[in-house]
Amino acid sequence: MTEQVPRWASEVFWKKTAIWVTGGSFVLLVILTFDSMKQISAGGPRVPAHSVINKDISYRLDKTKQRYQPTIGGEAPLFGKVLSEEEAEKLVDHGKKTVQAKNCMNCHTLLGNGAYYAPDLTKAWLDQSWGAKASREELMVNFLLDPEKNARTFGSNRKMPNLDITQPEAEAIVAFLKWMSSIDTNGFPHNFKAIGEEE
Amino acid sequence: MTLQAYQEKAAVCWTGCKQRYGVFMANPNLSGGQKLAVHYFTVAMVLFMAQLLFGLLAGLQFIFPRFLYEILDFNVNRMVHINAMVVWMLYGFLGSVYWFLEDESGVPIVGLKWGQLAFWVLTGAVTIVVLVYLLIQIGSGTDTSLWLINEGREYIEAPRWADIGIVVVMLTFFYNVAATFAKGKWSGIAGVLTLDLVALAGLYLAGMFYVTNISVDQYWWWWVIHLWVEATWEVLVGCIMAWSLMKLLGVRRKVVQTWLYIEVALMFGSGILGLGHHYFWIGTPEYWFTIGGFFSALEPIPLVAMVVHSIYDAGAHRFKNSNHPALAWIIAHAFGNFLGAGVWGFMHTLPQINLYTHGTQWSASHGHLAFFGAYATINIAFFYLAAQQARGNVWMGGELTNGWRWKTAAVLLNLGVMGMTVALLIAGYEQSFIERAVEGSTWAGYFAAQNHPWFMQAMIWRMVFGLMTAVGGGLLFWDLLEIGKGEQRPAAVIENDAVTQ
Repeated sequence: MTEQVPRWASEVFWKKTAIWVTGGSFVLLVILTFDSMKQISAGGPRVPAHSVINKDISYRLDKTKQRYQPTIGGEAPLFGKVLSEEEAEKLVDHGKKTVQAKNCMNCHTLLGNGAYYAPDLTKAWLDQSWGAKASREELMVNFLLDPEKNARTFGSNRKMPNLDITQPEAEAIVAFLKWMSSIDTNGFPHNFKAIGEEE
Repeated sequence: MTLQAYQEKAAVCWTGCKQRYGVFMANPNLSGGQKLAVHYFTVAMVLFMAQLLFGLLAGLQFIFPRFLYEILDFNVNRMVHINAMVVWMLYGFLGSVYWFLEDESGVPIVGLKWGQLAFWVLTGAVTIVVLVYLLIQIGSGTDTSLWLINEGREYIEAPRWADIGIVVVMLTFFYNVAATFAKGKWSGIAGVLTLDLVALAGLYLAGMFYVTNISVDQYWWWWVIHLWVEATWEVLVGCIMAWSLMKLLGVRRKVVQTWLYIEVALMFGSGILGLGHHYFWIGTPEYWFTIGGFFSALEPIPLVAMVVHSIYDAGAHRFKNSNHPALAWIIAHAFGNFLGAGVWGFMHTLPQINLYTHGTQWSASHGHLAFFGAYATINIAFFYLAAQQARGNVWMGGELTNGWRWKTAAVLLNLGVMGMTVALLIAGYEQSFIERAVEGSTWAGYFAAQNHPWFMQAMIWRMVFGLMTAVGGGLLFWDLLEIGKGEQRPAAVIENDAVTQ
């Protein structure tokens, strides 16, 4: 008696299925990637231009969507200096490079990705623990320059180590954090009460 | 002791090593490809030990934050911990493929010398990268730091020069595989493997450039991480598993290959667009909620298929096999892959829950069980196949001399990882509720969760099970060095399905 294998259970059928499914999925991913790239380029609908660091940024609940979203307000230049788009991009770029070179991501998370030994940096610029908007920039820079002396442990005994961050690097990191806080992250983190938004 | 005495001791040690290496290279029981595989497996085991050591150091820092402060900070320990893991798994995969390449193609490996050279180049590069991680650690915010010290992107921290080296080595590996199959016989496994390696090497390129825009950065970063770990690595493991089921249990080729194609269809069908579950919160458009949520929810299906397949085959052959430790680890793989990658991933993959769990110890819990269950287990199975063959294809069935060792190692490793996973899951639940839901994700909320007794208890339990895992790892290393030595009985002969029928 010969072996009766239904077509849908045969090796050839599944080989063809594997090829078509893989190819189809990949083509779809490429199409979606083109669209996503358009939407997340700096200055696009979801990721503001770097010069947003000249503005006041906050994070509020959108009652229609029931989701928190960044809000861009009036003039609030970083370190009191209005920057052109090119100057702002250069500063943010230096901040991002410093964040990478200092290996921040292996203690912190950025946009929720990274390690879990230290707080998420997505909305670090907006965190209420900086006290008041007026003193925030100075506090952040001082903390980055000497995290041991200006430790913010919240009773945990976990201290950020001294990473030999220079003054220009510290300012650039603050610029990067301010810019990152303006990205529309679809409501992540949820229920976050930004500085200046206290009830 | 004087300097001269040290030099003399070192010279004696070096001569001894060279002699032992000469004996190994003359081993008549191993083919050229298998000798190269043993090279890869040896470094993989060393890196596995490094992973365990640096994992313990990082885990201790959660309990004693001043431990090694500003000497080996958490970020350094954690980076070495996860990088050692990624690299030992890759070494295990490369070794496994070299192990069966000649058997599967029916011809000696084409360009073996290039493969050997690539091994030494890669190992030299890995050594330098780790030394730089440990001794230099960080740099200033310049391109030079990213090229020479550390790229600062989780999992792919290796500096850019090393990235280029990795691609060159992967291309050499691809050449060995493709050219050998081209010269010998092509099979379903050969076809899937070759195409998968193209994707695996190609995808790494997506992680080799710098951009200012962090949303764009993380978009491409996930192409490497997700499409490696949740797609191409899984398919590579599917190929390795297919070959080992034929080898260990004598399953018919037609059966394993049909299953392999089903798994490829399901794995790539769910995994490629399942990438979207990493695109919920990084600035990417809202449609990724639907696409990522739907396809990633399907990702456990191929893993269920793998469990059904392997357990069915093992049962159909009444568990008769030629290597008990290897079969035990293959079974651990089938369940571990399903539980760790499938169930633990599914539990927090939908955006409605991921909003609260993303970036918490939940992810660490999933990561520990998934990497161990999906990849560490199958590599360990191959280490046992290699140990058996290297010692003259000896008996590795029941009543093994010192058989307690592999069993105890397996129990300690599996229980240890499972215990760490559950401890981290409890920490993740607590963090999701207290930091995220109650406190609103502020820094104060983060620390409120970290200081909570539930979190601290979980960290202590994680440490206890981490130590158990480390003891199991040490025992495994010892066992691999000793198992089969002095064994006189030949390996059990397993009848092939085709023969039985």
